[in-house]
Amino acid sequence: MSAAAVHSLWTTAVDPIDKIGAPKIEYGQLSPTLIVVGAAVIGVLIEAFVPRKSRYYAQVFVAVVALAAAFAAVVALAAGGYGTTKAHIAAMGAIAVDGPALFLQGTILLAGLLGVFTFAERRLDPEAHGNRVDSFAAQAASVPGSDSEKAAVKAGFTTTEVFPLLLFAIAGMLVFPSANDLLTLFVALEVFSLPLYLLCAVARRKRLMSQEAAVKYFLLGAFASAFTLFGIALLYGYAGSVSYATIAQVVDGTVQNVDPALAGTMGNDALLLIGAAMLAMGLLFKVGAVPFHMWTPDVYQGAPTPVTGFMAAATKVAAFGALLRLLYVVLPGLRWDWRPVMWAVAIVTMLGGAIVAITQTDIKRLLAYSSIAHAGFILAGVIATSPDGVSSVLFYLGAYSFVTIGAFAVVTLVRDAGGEATHLSKWAGLGRRSPLVAAVFAVFLLAFAGIPLTSGFAGKFAVFKAAAEGGASALVVVGVISSAIAAFFYIRVIVLMFFSEPRSEGPTVAVPSPLTMTAIGVGVAVTLVLGVAPQYFLDLASQAGVFVR
Amino acid sequence: MENLIALLIAAPLLGAAVLLCGGRRLDAVGHWIGTALASASFVMGVVLFADMLGKSPDDRTISQHLFSWIPVAGFQADASFQLDQLSMTFVLLISGVGSLIHLYSVGYMEHDERRRRFFGYLNLFLAAMLLLVLADNYLLLYVGWEGVGLASYLLIGFWQHKPSAATAAKKAFLVNRVGDMGLSIAIMLMFTTFGTFAFGPVLGTHEEAGLTQGASEGKLTAIALMLLLAACGKSAQVPLQSWLGDAMEGPTPVSALIHAATMVTAGVYLIVRSGAIFNAAPDAQLVVTVVGAVTLLFGAIVGCAKDDIKKALAGSTMSQIGYMVLAAGLGPIGYVWAIMHLVTHGFFKAGLFLGAGSVMHGMNDEVDMRKFGGLRKYMPITFVTFGLGYLAIIGFPGLSGFFSKDKIIEAAFAKGGTEGWILGGAALLGAAITAYYMTRVMLMTFFGEKRWQPDADGHEPHPHESPRSMTIPMIVLAFGSVFAGGLFSIGDRFLHWLEPVTGHSEGDSPVSALTVTLATMVLLVVGAGIAYAQYGRRPVPVVAPRGSLATRAARRDLYQDDFNHVVLVRGGEHLTRSLVYVDHTLVDGVVNGTAASVGGLSGRLRRLQNGYARSYAVSMFGGAAVLIAATLLMRAV
Repeated sequence: MSAAAVHSLWTTAVDPIDKIGAPKIEYGQLSPTLIVVGAAVIGVLIEAFVPRKSRYYAQVFVAVVALAAAFAAVVALAAGGYGTTKAHIAAMGAIAVDGPALFLQGTILLAGLLGVFTFAERRLDPEAHGNRVDSFAAQAASVPGSDSEKAAVKAGFTTTEVFPLLLFAIAGMLVFPSANDLLTLFVALEVFSLPLYLLCAVARRKRLMSQEAAVKYFLLGAFASAFTLFGIALLYGYAGSVSYATIAQVVDGTVQNVDPALAGTMGNDALLLIGAAMLAMGLLFKVGAVPFHMWTPDVYQGAPTPVTGFMAAATKVAAFGALLRLLYVVLPGLRWDWRPVMWAVAIVTMLGGAIVAITQTDIKRLLAYSSIAHAGFILAGVIATSPDGVSSVLFYLGAYSFVTIGAFAVVTLVRDAGGEATHLSKWAGLGRRSPLVAAVFAVFLLAFAGIPLTSGFAGKFAVFKAAAEGGASALVVVGVISSAIAAFFYIRVIVLMFFSEPRSEGPTVAVPSPLTMTAIGVGVAVTLVLGVAPQYFLDLASQAGVFVR
Repeated sequence: MENLIALLIAAPLLGAAVLLCGGRRLDAVGHWIGTALASASFVMGVVLFADMLGKSPDDRTISQHLFSWIPVAGFQADASFQLDQLSMTFVLLISGVGSLIHLYSVGYMEHDERRRRFFGYLNLFLAAMLLLVLADNYLLLYVGWEGVGLASYLLIGFWQHKPSAATAAKKAFLVNRVGDMGLSIAIMLMFTTFGTFAFGPVLGTHEEAGLTQGASEGKLTAIALMLLLAACGKSAQVPLQSWLGDAMEGPTPVSALIHAATMVTAGVYLIVRSGAIFNAAPDAQLVVTVVGAVTLLFGAIVGCAKDDIKKALAGSTMSQIGYMVLAAGLGPIGYVWAIMHLVTHGFFKAGLFLGAGSVMHGMNDEVDMRKFGGLRKYMPITFVTFGLGYLAIIGFPGLSGFFSKDKIIEAAFAKGGTEGWILGGAALLGAAITAYYMTRVMLMTFFGEKRWQPDADGHEPHPHESPRSMTIPMIVLAFGSVFAGGLFSIGDRFLHWLEPVTGHSEGDSPVSALTVTLATMVLLVVGAGIAYAQYGRRPVPVVAPRGSLATRAARRDLYQDDFNHVVLVRGGEHLTRSLVYVDHTLVDGVVNGTAASVGGLSGRLRRLQNGYARSYAVSMFGGAAVLIAATLLMRAV
């Protein structure tokens, strides 16, 4: 515990100005983020300087190498004990390097890697004018249906900017769960949100819908960010600091060295409670919890499916990481205040997501509501306020992100003349026509439903167990009821695929390149391995389950 | 020496595996393999018996721990065996009579093309039955219990091409399920009451009293009644008796071994083995005696009216087991005599069935006694051995049944009080009826004129003596029928042998032993005399006369099947229908209603998702307001 570093804001305020030294930055410990940011910058330079024909290959290469290197760095840090014994707070109190941070960063990087694979897929659509096309618009700036769009398509343009955008988003997500002061948290939030808004807008098919989704996402995201920022301001007013540790100390009443200038407002509980609620609201918006979930179905449906898959997985991981840190590091002293509220949010999220999903007819919207219900399940683990709660949430997030990316990758394969055939009725009889694809999708659906021998069961079991042991049995009961409701629509899709007559003008299943196959294959493998032999990973998560303060 | 116990079971089990998996290659030698392994079991039993005789009477129990079957925290089930005098008696009876019947079957099943499979099933039965009597805990006993049930099912339905055999097998299986449920419930009750179901801790040993000492009488009565239910199923006692008559559809050696000498006596074994439980539950004991007394009369009455020789003998079996159950219900007064009668009955009833099989063998598988008559000249060995068995079962002085049955009747009187008089009277009456129906069987089969008729294909029967492989077992069993009782009773050998395990007390009889014996003799003569007057002095009609109301009732097994049909089958159907109705309307209604309301709710909530960013923002704003208000409110309260 580097208490001295934590109090930098206090100490700089009272120390003479000439004593300010250069900030001490632990570059090695921040290397995962730095690698990804660096690669993103290189990606921008590639857009500027590399010939159009080669950009795709250069971008994919840079992204894959950067993400793999960053993941290797995370593994090296974890192996070096930074997740457990050497965990500490780096970068002058801005970034925590500890178990949860490294675990979540590793998860995000792997999800990002699979995301790059699905972004780079260029074999699903037929070639346009002799050029291979991916899921993204030829030229995002051209008005849909305009002549310039046609010209761009004809010229074989592709929006290779998606790769640096993806890397920027990943960089923000890496910082988000490890941020150790509120300003870093907010910067990270914006760094990963803005690229995502853009990515949502660049679908090649159904461009208007895609742009509408992006605008909605942006507007509502900005709205939520405003709440977050206001919350941060109120918390600063309460504690006189944006540092997590200091706020925690003020909440606990153990703070020392109070600045006389701030003593007037310090310790005003109204500021604390309102600020905490607003900050929590910003994070709940990102995880898609009811009643801040309404962007989810529209955005998931409108965004290009590879973006949806990545966003559904990685955003949730990052946002839950930040929420965990906020509740466990900043506000543990306030848990008797936030627990009942979170209870209520978890309950309406689980039930709301599961119930509304029943009547969905679009596979992407169905998965969106499913992700809302899953946010509720994860919240149940968050509420446990125990080390088991943390580790179960970590495990759940890891398991869930692979299932999600895999499932959305399968969605990209089922196509008809208009692009992806996302209406459920078109999936009827898919099991007869393409048994393998249908079987893989069935595995993902069973994992979503939490059927044993899939990772979904192990995750759900861990989360509910932690919640029950944390005294939230009622929440577990609601969770199980919601799971039962949710099982209905997952199984319904399976029944539709395997036990319905195929439609005559049904969709075709595209044969993907090895990139998407890898994404799907890794998804299935992780789903089954975590389902059949979860113990090693549960142990890993529980080793990583301690926050540094 | 202990290691022999497992081998005792393993030998016939190996036989069953080899014969059932071996395929057609073994058709030529399969029956000898089966017989050899059954005999090996018997030899091992004899070796163990000799070893046991060499020890002092109180130190004869040996045990073998084979492996831990289900080792779980708080639940320990072992595959271990216990061999004491009681199990030893059964081992010798089962493997001895079993080996003889294997030998007999070699001849009897000679022309059956599925003979190898038949011997496989017989071996399977032996293994399961030995496991049943050698297990040292109730759970392992249950394995053997189900094993003999399976073997019984397979063998009753051995000629499955006959619909009657297939139906009979199914009936036996179903009725036995009721009893088996009783046993499993009893085991569960034991586990919840005592925390274990091993014989040693539950029932106690010489050194220390068992857990039954500390348990409440109510629980013990419940356990005992459940054990009785199990015994009723397996031993064909009222009210679960209906399957035994139909079980005669199986090949005759099966009837002799399983449905006369051994398996049907498993219920008696269970009650005697669980003596410590029954002793502590007098109410349950009273029920046991009532069941025994009712069954001994029921079986005897049914036996009087049957024209099918095997069904007549089946009624007799039921009745004789009723005697045993009656004795077992009397507690320490009767345990020894129950087992002694069980052993002597094993000899003479197996002998009688083998005799019946021999007759059928010579008469084109005819079973109707009205179409026999005068066979003594054609089948002298069968006649003599059957006759000795007949004399033994009716209790002719000096033969086996005389000693064992007499003791039971005495013990019934020794129960004391009104109960003693009623039970003793029933036992005496049973003895008279036994004499009547057995004399009837004897006269109709071996005496009088020939009443043979050509069978459906027009073949005139040519009765002949059976081959040696069949007559030798009959002769050996006849020796048992004649001498076993005397051997056991003179000097109270059997009493001293079994007493260390079962305990014994004399009771307090209001009538002297001599009086009982004399009364029995008189009733015997009366019963046999009536039979002679009806069937010896007058010619037997080939077609059965309509008969009196009582005769017709007895022919229909005293309407037991009709009763079961009306009460259980119809009742069950009604119950099923009403449950289906409840399921369709109430349960499905609730389920479908829930699903419909959730679906409706979903449709309504879905409308909130109207696509307008402004309304989403409003909902977020409202949500944030509620969140903040709730957080503040939490602090306020």
